[in-house]
Amino acid sequence: MDQQTLSLLVVGATFALYIGIAIWARAGTTSEFYVAGRGINPIANGMATAADWMSAASFISMAGLIAFLGFTGGAYLMGWTGGYVLMALLLAPYLRKFGKFTVPEFIGDRFYSKTARIIAVIALIVMSVTYVIGQMRGVGIAFSNILEVPLATGLIAGMTVVFIYAVLGGMKGITYTQIAQYVIMIFAYTVPAVFIAITLTGNPIPQLGLGSTLQGSDTYLLDALDQTMVDLGFHAYTEVGGMSMLNMFLLTLALMIGTAGLPHVIIRFFTVPRVRDARKSAGWALVFIGLLYTTAPAVGAMAIWNLVNTVHPGEIGTEEGHLAYEDRPAWMDRWEQTGLLAFEDKNEDGVIQYYNDANPEFAAMAEEQYGWEGSEIVTLDRDIMVLANPEIAGLPGWVIALVAAGGIAAALSTAAGLLLAIASAISHDLLKGVFMPRISEKRELMAGRIAMGVAILFAGYLGLNPPGFAAEVVALAFGLAAASLFPTLMMGIFMKKMNKEGAIAGMLVGLLTTLLYIFTYKGWFFFSGTAMLPDTPEGWLLGVNPTGFGAIGAVFNFVTAYIVMKLTKEPPQDIQDLVESVRVPRTES
Amino acid sequence: MSQEDLSRQAYWRAHLRLLGICLAIWFLVSFVLGILVSQPLNAIQLGGYPLGFWFAQQGSIYTFIILIFVYAWRMNVLDRKFNVHEE
Repeated sequence: MDQQTLSLLVVGATFALYIGIAIWARAGTTSEFYVAGRGINPIANGMATAADWMSAASFISMAGLIAFLGFTGGAYLMGWTGGYVLMALLLAPYLRKFGKFTVPEFIGDRFYSKTARIIAVIALIVMSVTYVIGQMRGVGIAFSNILEVPLATGLIAGMTVVFIYAVLGGMKGITYTQIAQYVIMIFAYTVPAVFIAITLTGNPIPQLGLGSTLQGSDTYLLDALDQTMVDLGFHAYTEVGGMSMLNMFLLTLALMIGTAGLPHVIIRFFTVPRVRDARKSAGWALVFIGLLYTTAPAVGAMAIWNLVNTVHPGEIGTEEGHLAYEDRPAWMDRWEQTGLLAFEDKNEDGVIQYYNDANPEFAAMAEEQYGWEGSEIVTLDRDIMVLANPEIAGLPGWVIALVAAGGIAAALSTAAGLLLAIASAISHDLLKGVFMPRISEKRELMAGRIAMGVAILFAGYLGLNPPGFAAEVVALAFGLAAASLFPTLMMGIFMKKMNKEGAIAGMLVGLLTTLLYIFTYKGWFFFSGTAMLPDTPEGWLLGVNPTGFGAIGAVFNFVTAYIVMKLTKEPPQDIQDLVESVRVPRTES
Repeated sequence: MSQEDLSRQAYWRAHLRLLGICLAIWFLVSFVLGILVSQPLNAIQLGGYPLGFWFAQQGSIYTFIILIFVYAWRMNVLDRKFNVHEE
């Protein structure tokens, strides 16, 4: 059986599984549709949350980012896990106690204001739509790459599957499907990592392998990797490089606050039966996320180690120290055809040199001593590292098929969660909450399903015709969540006297300053050529990278809300009583 | 102020103290050990891991997981003590 048939079979089987689960777990009531009837066991909920949260970005991109950043890649690892601590301690249990269906609903009720609710809906829709576009694109690329079909075909297949199980099953169907998707995802991620860890270090556990010595040597893998990178003019792998310490700090903080403020993740904690389950459920979610996130550093470090040692098999600058272009392995040839990997023999010596030619001292030395005229890997897309990993390590065809199915599962599970958040914001918050308060449960359900269908079509269309800003969009989604929703939710719980004027002013200031800062460097609405300042460390205000600005936007939100609150009248007594009641798990006495 | 209000206040104060301790640990392992003092910390080795690097890419995640479960457990104890626990 050839690789394509095998991949088709594996991916097709997972799709049949997802749809089967959706039919078994159909939603009949609005409560089942929005919050799965609040009947999900905390461990099951943790697993579903993990699948919901870990998108194509975690599965495909993150290890590649870490491979090229080294130590500072820890910002992504700490940022995307530390947010769960904030969520478990500062938001989840209280929002569960409040007992409603959506995040804007809490904001609207707590701040006794339809305006606040509408601002929250807008923030939610903007961040969810931008996020979902990236997922749909991930599905399309994974499909077209593996099955050798056009991008559009892959995308439509993905859209159809999401449509069936999300529209039919609502939160109930999504939750059970996500449990299956988590299992496929984690298996697909760890199997290649285990194989590679055994090959390199003899230790089958990647988390321990990364801290072990190389097979048949006394040198630790990380020490050897540090030395190899320095020999090629890069920064040592375990030291600061790729971003400044300040930006690592801000990015970590922005990702943490952003994670805690993402509405599609928060609503997962509305699905458990009790407040105490909400606390524990966040812990279980992090256990399942941590399984992948503690494996990722090993995947990243071992991938860059394998890559460099493939290109430079011996001592740098010697005859046998370089890979001849003619002798390159088959996987390099395949990725060259996608355009994501490209070589150029700059000094025409027939062998490949890969080094840091942006380091002027090293480049000058290399030219003088070795006759190198620039790094000859001219294109190396970070996103290919995870997908190429099983091929680099020479693993069997079923592992390659499994990784493809895992990538698709990661993208689909996140897309489904986001689509549900969008649908509930439109049908429950806008239609029932603001425009048609008297709508029947049946018609509200229908409206939710239609909203979801429209959102899928819209996201699919944009996934096919992306405005060309995949990476920035993710940063924007997190920045918006960090600067708008998280501070407002937190103040709603921890500051009894916070009033609607403060909350509205804070959300607007946080949202607008973050948007302004991002657009200044990335272009207005991401249109290239409209950026007002260069997007480089020299051009950034005080050296702050736009991707980390969400943390500062959040501070602006807090400060503005506090000042406005002091200048306006305090919230009515029944609202203050409401805040008192969400702070305790059981109030009726 | 009624007896119930007093007990409610004491519950919230005990809760905030627990929150403060947990968030201090959260900040310490990630921002302090994993970022701010990571470079000097790298002089210490944990097996093949430089310690600062280990906190940034492994240790902080393990600590976060333990932290949430300890918090959930302590909160359950607190809920019972103040008789606000669920059935």
